Amino acid sequence: MSAQPGPARARAYARPLDLKRGRVELAHGAGGRATAQLVEELFVRAFDNPWLGRLNDAAALPMPAGRLVVATDSHVVSPLFFPGGDIGALAVHGTINDVAMAGARPLYLAAGFILEEGYPLADLKRIVASMAAAARAAEVPIVTGDTKVVEHGKGDGVYVTTTGVGVVPAGIELDGAAARPGDAILLSGTIGDHGVAIMSSRENLEFETGILSDSAPLHRLVAALLGACPRIRVLRDPTRGGLATTLNEIARQSRVGMLLEERAIPVAAGVAAACEFLGLDPLYVANEGKLIAIAPAQDAALVLATLRGHAQGRQAALIGHVTDDPDHFVQMTTTLGGRRVVDWLTGDQLPRIC
Amino acid sequence: MKYVDEFRDGELARSLALAIARAADPARHYQFMEFCGGHTHAISRHGLADLLPANVRMVHGPGCPVCVLPIGRIDLAIELALERGVTLCSYGDTLRVPASGGRSLLKAKAEGADIRMVYSAADALRIARESPAREVVFLAIGFETTTPPTALVLRAARAAGIANFSVLCNHVLTPAAIASILESPEVRALGTVRLDGFVGPAHVSSVIGTEPYEFFAQEYRKPVVVAGFEPLDVLQAILMLVRQVNEGRAEVENQFSRVVSRDGNRKAQALVAEVFELRREFEWRGLGTVPYSALAIRSEYAAFDAERRYDLGYRAVADNKACECGAILRGLKRPTECKLFGTACTPETPMGSCMVSSEGACAAHYSYGRFRDRRDVAGGLDLDPHVGAGASAGLGAEPDAGAGAGDGGGALRRIEVPA
Repeated sequence: MSAQPGPARARAYARPLDLKRGRVELAHGAGGRATAQLVEELFVRAFDNPWLGRLNDAAALPMPAGRLVVATDSHVVSPLFFPGGDIGALAVHGTINDVAMAGARPLYLAAGFILEEGYPLADLKRIVASMAAAARAAEVPIVTGDTKVVEHGKGDGVYVTTTGVGVVPAGIELDGAAARPGDAILLSGTIGDHGVAIMSSRENLEFETGILSDSAPLHRLVAALLGACPRIRVLRDPTRGGLATTLNEIARQSRVGMLLEERAIPVAAGVAAACEFLGLDPLYVANEGKLIAIAPAQDAALVLATLRGHAQGRQAALIGHVTDDPDHFVQMTTTLGGRRVVDWLTGDQLPRIC
Repeated sequence: MKYVDEFRDGELARSLALAIARAADPARHYQFMEFCGGHTHAISRHGLADLLPANVRMVHGPGCPVCVLPIGRIDLAIELALERGVTLCSYGDTLRVPASGGRSLLKAKAEGADIRMVYSAADALRIARESPAREVVFLAIGFETTTPPTALVLRAARAAGIANFSVLCNHVLTPAAIASILESPEVRALGTVRLDGFVGPAHVSSVIGTEPYEFFAQEYRKPVVVAGFEPLDVLQAILMLVRQVNEGRAEVENQFSRVVSRDGNRKAQALVAEVFELRREFEWRGLGTVPYSALAIRSEYAAFDAERRYDLGYRAVADNKACECGAILRGLKRPTECKLFGTACTPETPMGSCMVSSEGACAAHYSYGRFRDRRDVAGGLDLDPHVGAGASAGLGAEPDAGAGAGDGGGALRRIEVPA
């Protein structure tokens, strides 16, 4: 909301929300005065932009020219607060990244909240503040939203769904189906940080680690990449299912194979150690601030240099290349010198990671 | 990563691979069984088959805890969870093992059963302590490695008088399984499966020691090399086995001496003996009913034995007729020789237990090795000084270098052993 208060809103409620000791009540989702108060005193105040401040059911927005991109992402991460982030910032970053991977400049976000009756308003306030800070830092405002409340025991504190829109400038044609044999596969940094950070804070599995989630908005890195090399064919963020699953998705879409070099894939020492004793493979552990770029081989050096020249891509690496393969296998030359398939994730390695 | 990278060093692997290739007599074939799923996983995950010469072949053994769990035992757990309403706790992969009627514990969970994945037996006991109004059952599985933790938990539960906790015990014994394989007609009488030796268990041996394998070495004239689970451990063990075969020795050697001793962990053994006793017989998937091959909970702990507590009656259930898990677990068949492999049976929809855990032969091959099933694949290192180029395809080598290999299959066919 802008500095100007909306019409007749400020004095609508006899008492302000108790954001210190109060809890979410069913009435907060009933659509009546309590809902309006929660929206105005918590969400509108925190997200603070003129479109939301109008309190309409929908936001009417100016759009620059170009193709419209829409992406939506629900967040059910557990725990809600984890080393290096929380569900609020994650919900902003996750959707910004989905929009950005289409080559678009993210412009606006919408947010839907499902709150559980009894959830402390103080914690909700922290989550909302974190969302607001993340949106502000990314310069992508949250312009509309929705709040529902479910009975105690029917939710798990807070679920957040965000939808983002953006615009792809002319000349950028990114597509998961565009990888071609011979293309270079690049990765913007270490893998597995987010998943290990979440695991280290799980109730039944707490272990000491300095690993933080890599949750971050990647649209500026994408802008730098596409500015330097508009011929990039595929961008994707390896979130759930990790690097392995994301590459398999692309291989299937593009009807190609891939050959990776295990020793080229960056993994932080702490992540590697945690995966070792938890029996996880970092290739399958989620990331929230990394991207895969697939580009023609002749652009590989340029893409790598651009990634490394950006704060979010210092540890970027060329990790393999696209092959002609009717089975669409993603394969890897292991550190030992052998070869293996890097398959899709099977089952649920780590539930509720994002 | 310290103490891990050292055991995954590419240069060392290459020199070990060269040493194996030099030691292997080109005039003969070597066929070794890695008993443990941990070794199966290491071999597949690191692509070790590419580092072995054409005439050294590894056969996967039955040492994968969830693979050998028969349908009937999972049925018991599902009965407890769905019909008796207990909170059932077990290790991750166990939840996906196929049971009767296309069920699994995960599917029972979706039907409303209270089923929890735990990382240790102690977690199950903690759940029981925290919810005294619930009956909590720990579905205990595994070889000698996971048995002492279950024993500890049973002892703790009895000492603390935790009345709502019990264990459905499925702990099995490695030596009994090895004996069963060596006694099987295919290996002993018919000779259809030739085993020249065993890569012996890593973690299991840290508990039981190397002494129990001496019988196999002496009685059956099979070399055993106890090896760690790291890829260099496996390669070194294979080299030691090749040398034993060449020299006509059949001894127990210990490659994993940084962890394993001849006597094993006496304290753990005493603990297990205090809580468990031998079962007269136990059904294994693949091996059938094997006498004295598993543990039951002693009568002193009867109150914590789910089989007694809920008066469970075991009913054996046959595997799907087309499923070849049985033959695969005994080393008689390879995963690709099963009609269901990769079609009806995949890691997402396992029909047989070998497709469940990444330590299972089928899942390991499906997830890591199925590119080898193609005829045009070349892989691995050019490191075989004895055999012609056709039998040892180098990286990027010929798609159809059949001349030396005999059947025109490149790297894939290198692991074929002529009948």
